[in-house]
Amino acid sequence: MGVAPVEVEQPATGQDAALDAPWVTVVWNDPVNLMNYVTYVFQKVFGYPKAKAEKLMLDVHHKGKAVVSSGTREAMERDAETLHGYGLWATVSHQS
Amino acid sequence: MSWDDKWFPADEPAADDEGLEVAASFRPVAGGAAAFFEQAQAGVIRYLVSQVAELVSADSTAADAGIDSGDLEAQLGLSNHDQPPDDPVLARLLPDGYSDDPEASAEFRRYTEETLRSGKIASAQTVLSSLPPGGGQVELSEPECQQWLKALNDVRLALSVRLGITEDNEDMSERMAADDPRAAYVWVYQWLAYLQESLVEALS
Repeated sequence: MGVAPVEVEQPATGQDAALDAPWVTVVWNDPVNLMNYVTYVFQKVFGYPKAKAEKLMLDVHHKGKAVVSSGTREAMERDAETLHGYGLWATVSHQS
Repeated sequence: MSWDDKWFPADEPAADDEGLEVAASFRPVAGGAAAFFEQAQAGVIRYLVSQVAELVSADSTAADAGIDSGDLEAQLGLSNHDQPPDDPVLARLLPDGYSDDPEASAEFRRYTEETLRSGKIASAQTVLSSLPPGGGQVELSEPECQQWLKALNDVRLALSVRLGITEDNEDMSERMAADDPRAAYVWVYQWLAYLQESLVEALS
């Protein structure tokens, strides 16, 4: 039995697929939330590795806001709700 | 009584009380984190956490309706609120879900605000039940640590609004009058930041 050539185009997965999604969750900077706490929350809520969580935290801190997740509108509303539970200032928006 | 009087009463534990000069901090232990609290430290944390819980539960849909009122929204766990709260502290604790779409924000609030409120109340209750009024050694499981983190963060958010903190690393005490009753709470605010940071460290 022969082996078929494996030249299957890989479907976009993980972050690539997420970046194509039209809805995003944005976290806004505020002077209260501690840097290590924000990093910790991104790891805990999204399962991001520490390096990615730290980069997002620094984006929030320096740029005023950062997109922290993307996907369906329902999923983004769940993310925003979870982040509100941690006291982060998160909003949902449609990516244009 | 204004909120400022309520939040910064002269007879409540304040920064010049004995036991508050040194910030408490958490250390990692198997399965969670532990810390030692002086009585004054426990007092100030319990007081502020209770204030947040009281504020968050005060005008919730469930509280307004009463359990047996037959209010459909309350029974479904929905909120009858579709606007941000007037109180700036509550507005910060229960923020909008959309920055540019008031209609979507209103809908988001109807479906999430009650859950958010009850989560905050549960976090506060975890702190109150695990921190003895007299202080002492406190050992927390990992889930309790999560609740403590949320409750400490809520208290700091509330204090930041009352203290008018708007900039990162701002030294508030520099622009407050010496007799400003809020001045003692600037130290409490920083002290709680140190405590919260140590708890994150202990879990990392």
